[in-house]
Amino acid sequence: MSTTRTRLPGLISLMTGDDKHHAAAESTVDVLWVLFDRVLRVTPETLHDPGRDRFLLSKGHGPMAYYAVLAAKGFLDEAELADWSSVRSRLGHHPDRARVPGVEISSGSLGHGLPIALGTAAGLRAQGRDARVVTLVGDAELDEGSNHEAIVVAGRMGLDNLTTVLIDNQSSTHGWPGGIARRFEIEGWAVRTVSGRDHEALYDAFTTDHAGRPLAVVAVVAPKGGH
Amino acid sequence: MPDMREVFLTTAEEILDTDPDTAVVLADISAAQLAGAARRHPHRVLNVGIREQLLVSTGAGLALAGLRPIVHTFSPFLVERAFEQIKLDLSHQDLGAVLVSYGASYDMPAEGRTHQAPGDVALIDSLPSWYVHVPGHPEEARRLLLDSVPGDDRVYLRLSAQQNASPYFGVGLQALRHGRRGVVVAVGPMLDRVLEATEHLDVTVLYTSTVRPFDAAGLRAAVTGAPDVALVEPYLRGTSAYQASEALADLPHRLLSLGTLRESEVRIYGTLADHDLAHGLDAGSIALSLKEFFR
Repeated sequence: MSTTRTRLPGLISLMTGDDKHHAAAESTVDVLWVLFDRVLRVTPETLHDPGRDRFLLSKGHGPMAYYAVLAAKGFLDEAELADWSSVRSRLGHHPDRARVPGVEISSGSLGHGLPIALGTAAGLRAQGRDARVVTLVGDAELDEGSNHEAIVVAGRMGLDNLTTVLIDNQSSTHGWPGGIARRFEIEGWAVRTVSGRDHEALYDAFTTDHAGRPLAVVAVVAPKGGH
Repeated sequence: MPDMREVFLTTAEEILDTDPDTAVVLADISAAQLAGAARRHPHRVLNVGIREQLLVSTGAGLALAGLRPIVHTFSPFLVERAFEQIKLDLSHQDLGAVLVSYGASYDMPAEGRTHQAPGDVALIDSLPSWYVHVPGHPEEARRLLLDSVPGDDRVYLRLSAQQNASPYFGVGLQALRHGRRGVVVAVGPMLDRVLEATEHLDVTVLYTSTVRPFDAAGLRAAVTGAPDVALVEPYLRGTSAYQASEALADLPHRLLSLGTLRESEVRIYGTLADHDLAHGLDAGSIALSLKEFFR
Protein backbone atom coordinates (compact mmCIF):
# COMPACT_ATOMS: atom_id res chain seq x y z
CA MET A 1 0.00 0.00 0.00
CA SER A 2 1.39 3.32 -1.04
CA THR A 3 1.06 6.03 1.58
CA THR A 4 2.02 9.07 -0.36
CA ARG A 5 0.18 12.35 -0.51
CA THR A 6 -0.24 11.96 -4.26
CA ARG A 7 -2.86 9.25 -3.78
CA LEU A 8 -5.25 11.50 -1.90
CA PRO A 9 -6.83 13.42 -4.81
CA GLY A 10 -7.75 10.10 -6.40
CA LEU A 11 -9.31 8.89 -3.13
CA ILE A 12 -11.22 12.14 -2.68
CA SER A 13 -12.52 11.97 -6.23
CA LEU A 14 -14.04 8.58 -5.43
CA MET A 15 -16.43 10.49 -3.16
CA THR A 16 -16.83 13.82 -4.96
CA GLY A 17 -16.82 12.39 -8.45
CA ASP A 18 -14.76 15.43 -9.27
CA ASP A 19 -11.01 15.55 -9.81
CA LYS A 20 -10.94 19.22 -8.89
CA HIS A 21 -12.67 18.51 -5.54
CA HIS A 22 -14.87 20.77 -3.49
CA ALA A 23 -13.41 23.45 -1.29
CA ALA A 24 -14.74 21.90 1.89
CA ALA A 25 -13.23 18.54 1.00
CA GLU A 26 -9.96 19.97 0.07
CA SER A 27 -9.04 22.84 2.39
CA THR A 28 -8.01 20.39 5.10
CA VAL A 29 -6.25 17.72 3.10
CA ASP A 30 -2.64 18.84 3.56
CA VAL A 31 -3.08 19.50 7.28
CA LEU A 32 -4.71 16.09 7.78
CA TRP A 33 -1.98 14.36 5.81
CA VAL A 34 0.86 15.94 7.77
CA LEU A 35 -0.88 15.08 11.06
CA PHE A 36 -1.62 11.45 10.26
CA ASP A 37 1.62 10.84 8.31
CA ARG A 38 4.13 12.50 10.59
CA VAL A 39 2.74 13.92 13.84
CA LEU A 40 0.08 11.79 15.51
CA ARG A 41 1.03 8.57 17.31
CA VAL A 42 -2.01 6.57 16.29
CA THR A 43 -2.41 3.71 13.84
CA PRO A 44 -5.16 1.22 13.00
CA GLU A 45 -3.44 -1.15 15.46
CA THR A 46 -3.42 1.38 18.34
CA LEU A 47 -6.79 3.06 17.88
CA HIS A 48 -8.03 1.68 21.21
CA ASP A 49 -4.77 2.24 23.11
CA PRO A 50 -5.55 4.65 25.97
CA GLY A 51 -2.11 6.20 25.45
CA ARG A 52 -2.69 7.03 21.76
CA ASP A 53 -2.70 10.55 20.42
CA ARG A 54 -6.20 11.84 19.69
CA PHE A 55 -7.37 13.69 16.62
CA LEU A 56 -10.80 15.35 16.96
CA LEU A 57 -12.24 16.65 13.71
CA SER A 58 -14.44 19.49 14.92
CA LYS A 59 -15.26 20.92 11.50
CA GLY A 60 -17.22 17.82 10.55
CA HIS A 61 -18.69 18.96 7.24
CA GLY A 62 -16.86 18.11 4.04
CA PRO A 63 -15.11 15.05 5.54
CA MET A 64 -13.91 13.63 2.22
CA ALA A 65 -10.28 14.55 2.84
CA TYR A 66 -10.57 12.99 6.31
CA TYR A 67 -11.94 9.72 4.96
CA ALA A 68 -9.31 9.72 2.22
CA VAL A 69 -6.49 10.13 4.75
CA LEU A 70 -8.00 7.45 7.00
CA ALA A 71 -8.16 5.12 3.99
CA ALA A 72 -4.61 5.94 2.92
CA LYS A 73 -3.43 5.17 6.46
CA GLY A 74 -5.27 1.86 6.65
CA PHE A 75 -8.09 2.77 9.09
CA LEU A 76 -10.61 2.28 6.27
CA ASP A 77 -10.76 0.14 3.17
CA GLU A 78 -10.62 2.49 0.22
CA ALA A 79 -13.23 0.35 -1.53
CA GLU A 80 -15.72 1.90 0.92
CA LEU A 81 -15.18 5.41 -0.35
CA ALA A 82 -17.09 5.18 -3.62
CA ASP A 83 -20.25 4.13 -1.78
CA TRP A 84 -20.05 6.91 0.79
CA SER A 85 -23.25 8.50 2.12
CA SER A 86 -25.41 5.64 0.83
CA VAL A 87 -27.61 3.81 3.29
CA ARG A 88 -25.20 0.88 3.09
CA SER A 89 -22.19 3.01 4.01
CA ARG A 90 -20.84 3.98 7.42
CA LEU A 91 -19.28 7.09 5.87
CA GLY A 92 -21.71 10.00 5.99
CA HIS A 93 -21.50 13.71 5.25
CA HIS A 94 -20.63 14.08 8.91
CA PRO A 95 -18.46 11.41 10.53
CA ASP A 96 -19.82 9.04 13.19
CA ARG A 97 -17.41 7.86 15.87
CA ALA A 98 -19.55 4.84 16.65
CA ARG A 99 -19.12 3.55 13.11
CA VAL A 100 -15.85 4.76 11.60
CA PRO A 101 -12.56 3.35 12.93
CA GLY A 102 -10.16 6.09 13.98
CA VAL A 103 -12.86 8.75 14.30
CA GLU A 104 -12.66 10.06 17.87
CA ILE A 105 -15.78 12.25 17.84
CA SER A 106 -18.96 12.45 15.82
CA SER A 107 -19.12 15.98 14.46
CA GLY A 108 -21.17 18.19 12.20
CA SER A 109 -22.71 20.73 14.53
CA LEU A 110 -20.04 23.41 14.89
CA GLY A 111 -18.27 24.38 18.08
CA HIS A 112 -18.06 21.04 19.86
CA GLY A 113 -14.61 19.69 19.01
CA LEU A 114 -12.42 22.19 20.81
CA PRO A 115 -14.42 22.12 24.08
CA ILE A 116 -14.39 18.31 24.08
CA ALA A 117 -10.69 18.31 23.20
CA LEU A 118 -10.03 20.49 26.25
CA GLY A 119 -11.73 17.92 28.47
CA THR A 120 -9.80 15.08 26.85
CA ALA A 121 -6.49 16.88 27.25
CA ALA A 122 -7.32 17.61 30.90
CA GLY A 123 -8.28 13.97 31.44
CA LEU A 124 -5.06 12.65 29.91
CA ARG A 125 -3.05 15.07 32.04
CA ALA A 126 -4.90 13.96 35.18
CA GLN A 127 -3.93 10.37 34.34
CA GLY A 128 -0.29 11.32 33.81
CA ARG A 129 -0.32 10.31 30.14
CA ASP A 130 1.84 12.12 27.62
CA ALA A 131 -0.61 11.64 24.73
CA ARG A 132 -1.42 14.63 22.60
CA VAL A 133 -4.87 15.93 21.61
CA VAL A 134 -5.21 17.74 18.29
CA THR A 135 -8.47 19.26 17.11
CA LEU A 136 -9.24 20.84 13.75
CA VAL A 137 -11.61 23.80 13.50
CA GLY A 138 -12.50 26.20 10.71
CA ASP A 139 -12.23 29.98 10.91
CA ALA A 140 -16.00 30.38 10.45
CA GLU A 141 -16.55 27.72 13.09
CA LEU A 142 -14.63 29.94 15.47
CA ASP A 143 -17.72 32.19 15.44
CA GLU A 144 -19.34 29.71 17.86
CA GLY A 145 -19.04 31.03 21.41
CA SER A 146 -18.30 27.59 22.81
CA ASN A 147 -14.87 27.81 21.19
CA HIS A 148 -14.12 31.04 23.00
CA GLU A 149 -15.03 29.44 26.31
CA ALA A 150 -12.47 26.74 25.55
CA ILE A 151 -9.76 29.09 24.26
CA VAL A 152 -9.82 31.04 27.53
CA VAL A 153 -9.85 28.06 29.87
CA ALA A 154 -7.24 26.00 27.96
CA GLY A 155 -4.92 28.98 28.17
CA ARG A 156 -5.45 29.40 31.92
CA MET A 157 -5.02 25.68 32.52
CA GLY A 158 -1.77 25.67 30.56
CA LEU A 159 -2.85 22.57 28.64
CA ASP A 160 0.31 21.99 26.62
CA ASN A 161 -0.93 18.60 25.42
CA LEU A 162 -3.69 20.38 23.47
CA THR A 163 -3.25 21.63 19.91
CA THR A 164 -5.87 23.44 17.84
CA VAL A 165 -5.28 23.64 14.12
CA LEU A 166 -7.44 26.29 12.58
CA ILE A 167 -8.05 26.17 8.85
CA ASP A 168 -8.30 29.81 7.83
CA ASN A 169 -10.05 30.25 4.50
CA GLN A 170 -11.41 33.65 5.55
CA SER A 171 -15.01 32.51 5.64
CA SER A 172 -16.02 33.95 9.02
CA THR A 173 -18.99 36.25 8.44
CA HIS A 174 -17.80 39.13 10.61
CA GLY A 175 -14.07 38.39 10.52
CA TRP A 176 -11.39 38.69 13.21
CA PRO A 177 -9.78 42.16 13.32
CA GLY A 178 -6.08 41.84 14.01
CA GLY A 179 -6.11 38.25 12.80
CA ILE A 180 -7.24 35.00 14.34
CA ALA A 181 -3.84 34.37 15.89
CA ARG A 182 -4.38 37.33 18.24
CA ARG A 183 -7.45 35.66 19.72
CA PHE A 184 -5.34 32.74 20.88
CA GLU A 185 -2.20 34.70 21.79
CA ILE A 186 -4.01 37.04 24.14
CA GLU A 187 -5.32 34.03 26.08
CA GLY A 188 -1.85 32.57 26.53
CA TRP A 189 -1.57 30.10 23.68
CA ALA A 190 1.58 29.54 21.65
CA VAL A 191 0.61 30.37 18.08
CA ARG A 192 2.11 29.66 14.65
CA THR A 193 0.62 30.93 11.41
CA VAL A 194 1.69 29.00 8.34
CA SER A 195 0.53 28.08 4.86
CA GLY A 196 -2.02 25.28 5.04
CA ARG A 197 -0.41 23.82 1.93
CA ASP A 198 3.23 23.79 3.02
CA HIS A 199 3.95 20.39 4.55
CA GLU A 200 7.32 21.32 6.01
CA ALA A 201 5.95 24.52 7.54
CA LEU A 202 2.98 22.62 9.00
CA TYR A 203 5.20 19.91 10.44
CA ASP A 204 7.48 22.54 11.91
CA ALA A 205 4.47 24.33 13.44
CA PHE A 206 3.02 21.15 14.95
CA THR A 207 6.37 20.34 16.54
CA THR A 208 6.94 23.82 17.94
CA ASP A 209 8.11 23.82 21.54
CA HIS A 210 5.23 25.17 23.64
CA ALA A 211 5.90 24.01 27.19
CA GLY A 212 3.18 25.08 29.61
CA ARG A 213 0.92 26.49 26.92
CA PRO A 214 -1.58 25.06 24.45
CA LEU A 215 -0.63 25.40 20.79
CA ALA A 216 -2.69 26.96 18.01
CA VAL A 217 -1.61 26.43 14.42
CA VAL A 218 -3.35 28.81 12.02
CA ALA A 219 -3.19 27.12 8.62
CA VAL A 220 -3.99 29.65 5.93
CA VAL A 221 -5.56 28.38 2.71
CA ALA A 222 -7.17 30.12 -0.26
CA PRO A 223 -10.51 31.79 0.48
CA LYS A 224 -13.57 29.63 0.04
CA GLY A 225 -14.59 29.57 -3.61
CA GLY A 226 -11.34 31.26 -4.57
CA HIS A 227 -9.72 28.33 -6.37
CA MET B 1 -29.24 17.57 59.09
CA PRO B 2 -27.39 18.62 55.92
CA ASP B 3 -29.50 19.13 52.81
CA MET B 4 -29.11 17.28 49.49
CA ARG B 5 -26.65 19.77 48.08
CA GLU B 6 -24.40 19.65 51.14
CA VAL B 7 -24.50 15.87 51.18
CA PHE B 8 -23.65 15.81 47.48
CA LEU B 9 -20.63 18.05 47.96
CA THR B 10 -19.18 16.07 50.87
CA THR B 11 -19.84 12.80 49.04
CA ALA B 12 -18.22 14.11 45.85
CA GLU B 13 -15.18 15.06 47.90
CA GLU B 14 -15.00 11.53 49.34
CA ILE B 15 -15.25 10.09 45.83
CA LEU B 16 -12.42 12.30 44.58
CA ASP B 17 -10.27 11.28 47.55
CA THR B 18 -10.81 7.56 47.07
CA ASP B 19 -11.22 7.02 43.31
CA PRO B 20 -8.41 8.37 41.09
CA ASP B 21 -10.50 7.80 37.96
CA THR B 22 -13.10 10.42 38.89
CA ALA B 23 -13.22 14.14 38.19
CA VAL B 24 -15.61 16.95 39.11
CA VAL B 25 -16.39 19.74 36.67
CA LEU B 26 -17.91 22.99 37.93
CA ALA B 27 -19.01 26.34 36.51
CA ASP B 28 -18.33 28.47 39.62
CA ILE B 29 -21.44 27.16 41.45
CA SER B 30 -20.22 25.18 44.50
CA ALA B 31 -16.56 25.86 43.69
CA ALA B 32 -15.98 27.49 47.07
CA GLN B 33 -17.31 24.44 48.90
CA LEU B 34 -14.98 22.16 46.91
CA ALA B 35 -11.91 24.38 47.26
CA GLY B 36 -10.21 21.91 49.60
CA ALA B 37 -10.74 19.03 47.18
CA ALA B 38 -9.46 21.22 44.35
CA ARG B 39 -6.25 21.88 46.30
CA ARG B 40 -5.71 18.15 46.88
CA HIS B 41 -6.66 17.14 43.32
CA PRO B 42 -5.86 20.12 41.10
CA HIS B 43 -6.13 18.09 37.89
CA ARG B 44 -9.42 16.41 38.84
CA VAL B 45 -11.47 19.35 40.09
CA LEU B 46 -11.99 21.63 37.12
CA ASN B 47 -13.79 24.94 37.50
CA VAL B 48 -14.33 26.38 34.02
CA GLY B 49 -15.89 29.62 35.26
CA ILE B 50 -19.33 30.71 34.15
CA ARG B 51 -19.22 28.67 30.93
CA GLU B 52 -21.93 26.03 30.82
CA GLN B 53 -21.34 24.87 27.25
CA LEU B 54 -17.73 24.17 28.16
CA LEU B 55 -18.85 22.61 31.46
CA VAL B 56 -20.71 19.81 29.69
CA SER B 57 -18.19 19.40 26.85
CA THR B 58 -15.33 19.16 29.34
CA GLY B 59 -17.18 16.34 31.06
CA ALA B 60 -17.51 14.58 27.70
CA GLY B 61 -13.82 15.05 26.97
CA LEU B 62 -12.86 13.65 30.37
CA ALA B 63 -15.00 10.59 29.64
CA LEU B 64 -13.28 10.24 26.27
CA ALA B 65 -9.96 10.15 28.12
CA GLY B 66 -11.27 7.38 30.38
CA LEU B 67 -12.22 9.31 33.51
CA ARG B 68 -15.63 9.32 35.20
CA PRO B 69 -16.88 12.93 35.25
CA ILE B 70 -19.31 14.40 37.79
CA VAL B 71 -20.69 17.61 36.28
CA HIS B 72 -22.53 20.04 38.52
CA THR B 73 -24.34 23.35 38.51
CA PHE B 74 -27.87 24.75 38.95
CA SER B 75 -30.53 22.92 36.95
CA PRO B 76 -31.44 25.62 34.39
CA PHE B 77 -27.80 26.19 33.50
CA LEU B 78 -26.84 22.52 33.46
CA VAL B 79 -29.71 21.09 31.44
CA GLU B 80 -31.31 23.95 29.54
CA ARG B 81 -28.53 26.36 28.70
CA ALA B 82 -26.23 23.76 27.15
CA PHE B 83 -28.74 21.20 25.96
CA GLU B 84 -27.07 20.57 22.60
CA GLN B 85 -23.87 19.74 24.45
CA ILE B 86 -25.77 17.13 26.46
CA LYS B 87 -27.41 15.78 23.31
CA LEU B 88 -24.29 15.64 21.12
CA ASP B 89 -21.22 15.57 23.37
CA LEU B 90 -22.63 12.93 25.74
CA SER B 91 -25.55 11.07 24.12
CA HIS B 92 -24.50 11.10 20.47
CA GLN B 93 -20.85 10.39 21.28
CA ASP B 94 -22.06 7.56 23.53
CA LEU B 95 -20.05 8.92 26.46
CA GLY B 96 -21.07 8.69 30.09
CA ALA B 97 -21.23 11.30 32.83
CA VAL B 98 -23.01 11.94 36.09
CA LEU B 99 -24.82 15.27 35.77
CA VAL B 100 -25.83 16.61 39.17
CA SER B 101 -28.15 19.59 39.34
CA TYR B 102 -29.34 21.63 42.27
CA GLY B 103 -32.37 23.89 42.15
CA ALA B 104 -35.06 21.47 40.96
CA SER B 105 -38.16 23.24 39.66
CA TYR B 106 -38.27 26.23 41.98
CA ASP B 107 -35.91 25.72 44.92
CA MET B 108 -34.79 29.35 44.81
CA PRO B 109 -38.23 30.96 44.49
CA ALA B 110 -37.14 34.50 45.30
CA GLU B 111 -34.65 34.38 42.41
CA GLY B 112 -37.49 34.09 39.91
CA ARG B 113 -37.91 32.32 36.61
CA THR B 114 -34.26 32.53 35.51
CA HIS B 115 -33.32 30.07 38.25
CA GLN B 116 -36.17 27.62 37.65
CA ALA B 117 -36.09 24.51 35.46
CA PRO B 118 -39.34 22.54 35.69
CA GLY B 119 -38.71 21.18 32.18
CA ASP B 120 -35.32 19.59 32.91
CA VAL B 121 -36.48 15.98 33.20
CA ALA B 122 -38.67 16.32 30.08
CA LEU B 123 -35.64 17.59 28.16
CA ILE B 124 -33.39 14.77 29.32
CA ASP B 125 -36.28 12.42 28.52
CA SER B 126 -36.04 13.45 24.85
CA LEU B 127 -32.73 11.55 24.75
CA PRO B 128 -32.41 7.75 24.90
CA SER B 129 -30.66 5.75 27.61
CA TRP B 130 -30.39 8.13 30.51
CA TYR B 131 -30.83 7.24 34.17
CA VAL B 132 -32.82 9.96 35.91
CA HIS B 133 -32.73 10.01 39.70
CA VAL B 134 -34.95 12.33 41.72
CA PRO B 135 -34.05 11.66 45.35
CA GLY B 136 -36.53 12.52 48.06
CA HIS B 137 -34.01 12.63 50.91
CA PRO B 138 -30.33 13.57 51.34
CA GLU B 139 -29.42 9.97 52.23
CA GLU B 140 -31.04 8.80 49.00
CA ALA B 141 -29.06 11.42 47.11
CA ARG B 142 -25.84 10.13 48.64
CA ARG B 143 -26.65 6.52 47.83
CA LEU B 144 -27.70 7.32 44.26
CA LEU B 145 -24.49 9.29 43.66
CA LEU B 146 -22.31 6.49 45.01
CA ASP B 147 -24.21 3.97 42.87
CA SER B 148 -23.89 6.15 39.77
CA VAL B 149 -20.13 6.61 39.76
CA PRO B 150 -19.03 3.07 38.81
CA GLY B 151 -19.48 2.31 35.10
CA ASP B 152 -20.06 4.66 32.22
CA ASP B 153 -23.82 5.26 32.17
CA ARG B 154 -25.38 8.61 31.48
CA VAL B 155 -26.97 9.75 34.73
CA TYR B 156 -28.96 12.81 35.69
CA LEU B 157 -29.19 13.29 39.47
CA ARG B 158 -31.72 16.00 40.34
CA LEU B 159 -31.17 17.43 43.81
CA SER B 160 -33.77 19.54 45.57
CA ALA B 161 -34.26 21.72 48.63
CA GLN B 162 -37.51 19.81 49.24
CA GLN B 163 -37.33 16.45 50.96
CA ASN B 164 -39.28 13.79 52.84
CA ALA B 165 -38.86 12.92 56.52
CA SER B 166 -37.35 9.47 55.84
CA PRO B 167 -35.26 7.93 53.06
CA TYR B 168 -36.37 4.92 51.03
CA PHE B 169 -33.64 2.90 49.36
CA GLY B 170 -35.60 0.33 47.38
CA VAL B 171 -35.29 -0.14 43.61
CA GLY B 172 -38.11 0.68 41.22
CA LEU B 173 -41.64 1.53 42.33
CA GLN B 174 -42.02 0.54 45.99
CA ALA B 175 -45.45 0.17 47.53
CA LEU B 176 -45.64 2.17 50.78
CA ARG B 177 -49.39 1.79 51.16
CA HIS B 178 -51.92 -0.61 49.67
CA GLY B 179 -55.46 0.16 48.55
CA ARG B 180 -58.10 -1.00 46.09
CA ARG B 181 -59.37 2.13 44.38
CA GLY B 182 -56.28 2.96 42.31
CA VAL B 183 -52.58 3.79 42.30
CA VAL B 184 -50.73 7.01 43.10
CA VAL B 185 -47.09 7.27 42.03
CA ALA B 186 -45.10 9.77 44.13
CA VAL B 187 -41.72 10.86 42.79
CA GLY B 188 -38.92 12.00 45.09
CA PRO B 189 -39.83 14.97 47.31
CA MET B 190 -43.54 14.53 46.54
CA LEU B 191 -43.85 11.48 48.80
CA ASP B 192 -44.68 12.90 52.22
CA ARG B 193 -47.34 15.24 50.84
CA VAL B 194 -48.82 12.39 48.78
CA LEU B 195 -48.99 10.19 51.90
CA GLU B 196 -50.76 13.04 53.70
CA ALA B 197 -53.11 13.68 50.77
CA THR B 198 -54.08 9.99 50.48
CA GLU B 199 -54.57 9.37 54.19
CA HIS B 200 -58.30 8.86 53.79
CA LEU B 201 -58.25 7.36 50.29
CA ASP B 202 -58.32 3.62 49.57
CA VAL B 203 -55.38 3.74 47.14
CA THR B 204 -51.98 2.17 46.68
CA VAL B 205 -49.09 4.61 47.01
CA LEU B 206 -45.94 3.79 45.05
CA TYR B 207 -42.71 5.68 45.60
CA THR B 208 -39.66 6.01 43.42
CA SER B 209 -36.50 8.11 43.30
CA THR B 210 -35.63 6.76 39.84
CA VAL B 211 -37.94 7.81 37.00
CA ARG B 212 -35.78 6.64 34.09
CA PRO B 213 -35.81 3.88 33.29
CA PHE B 214 -39.44 3.88 34.36
CA ASP B 215 -40.53 0.79 36.28
CA ALA B 216 -43.33 -0.23 33.90
CA ALA B 217 -43.49 -3.75 35.34
CA GLY B 218 -43.84 -2.34 38.86
CA LEU B 219 -46.72 -0.10 37.84
CA ARG B 220 -48.35 -2.93 35.95
CA ALA B 221 -48.09 -5.23 38.95
CA ALA B 222 -49.63 -2.65 41.27
CA VAL B 223 -52.79 -2.03 39.28
CA THR B 224 -55.89 -4.16 39.68
CA GLY B 225 -58.98 -4.34 37.49
CA ALA B 226 -59.62 -1.24 35.37
CA PRO B 227 -56.80 0.87 36.65
CA ASP B 228 -56.85 4.48 37.73
CA VAL B 229 -53.34 5.89 38.04
CA ALA B 230 -52.22 9.30 39.29
CA LEU B 231 -48.64 10.52 38.77
CA VAL B 232 -47.35 13.17 41.16
CA GLU B 233 -44.04 14.52 39.89
CA PRO B 234 -42.08 17.57 41.13
CA TYR B 235 -41.40 18.85 37.60
CA LEU B 236 -43.37 19.43 34.41
CA ARG B 237 -46.85 17.90 34.66
CA GLY B 238 -47.18 14.75 32.54
CA THR B 239 -43.45 14.13 32.08
CA SER B 240 -43.95 10.42 32.80
CA ALA B 241 -47.44 10.14 31.31
CA TYR B 242 -46.07 8.50 28.17
CA GLN B 243 -44.29 5.87 30.25
CA ALA B 244 -47.40 5.11 32.30
CA SER B 245 -49.58 4.90 29.18
CA GLU B 246 -47.13 2.49 27.56
CA ALA B 247 -47.10 0.32 30.68
CA LEU B 248 -50.92 0.11 30.61
CA ALA B 249 -51.39 0.18 26.83
CA ASP B 250 -53.49 -2.98 26.64
CA LEU B 251 -55.78 -2.06 29.56
CA PRO B 252 -58.63 0.42 29.66
CA HIS B 253 -57.22 2.96 32.12
CA ARG B 254 -57.49 6.53 33.40
CA LEU B 255 -54.46 8.67 34.07
CA LEU B 256 -54.06 11.86 36.10
CA SER B 257 -50.82 13.82 35.83
CA LEU B 258 -49.86 16.26 38.57
CA GLY B 259 -46.73 18.37 38.49
CA THR B 260 -45.68 21.91 37.70
CA LEU B 261 -47.98 23.93 35.47
CA ARG B 262 -47.63 23.77 31.70
CA GLU B 263 -50.15 26.44 30.70
CA SER B 264 -48.38 29.45 32.12
CA GLU B 265 -45.20 30.68 33.78
CA VAL B 266 -45.68 31.27 37.47
CA ARG B 267 -44.34 34.81 37.78
CA ILE B 268 -44.20 35.11 41.56
CA TYR B 269 -41.31 35.22 44.05
CA GLY B 270 -42.02 34.29 47.66
CA THR B 271 -41.35 30.92 49.27
CA LEU B 272 -41.35 27.26 48.30
CA ALA B 273 -44.80 26.95 49.91
CA ASP B 274 -46.09 29.79 47.73
CA HIS B 275 -44.90 27.93 44.61
CA ASP B 276 -46.26 24.60 45.81
CA LEU B 277 -49.65 26.28 46.10
CA ALA B 278 -49.39 28.02 42.74
CA HIS B 279 -48.64 24.69 41.01
CA GLY B 280 -51.19 22.71 43.03
CA LEU B 281 -48.43 20.62 44.59
CA ASP B 282 -49.08 21.25 48.29
CA ALA B 283 -50.69 18.40 50.23
CA GLY B 284 -54.12 20.08 50.28
CA SER B 285 -54.22 20.72 46.53
CA ILE B 286 -52.98 17.20 45.79
CA ALA B 287 -55.69 15.79 48.08
CA LEU B 288 -58.38 17.74 46.24
CA SER B 289 -57.13 16.61 42.82
CA LEU B 290 -56.91 12.97 43.92
CA LYS B 291 -60.36 12.97 45.59
CA GLU B 292 -61.92 14.25 42.40
CA PHE B 293 -60.04 11.69 40.26
CA PHE B 294 -60.69 8.63 42.45
CA ARG B 295 -64.33 9.32 43.34
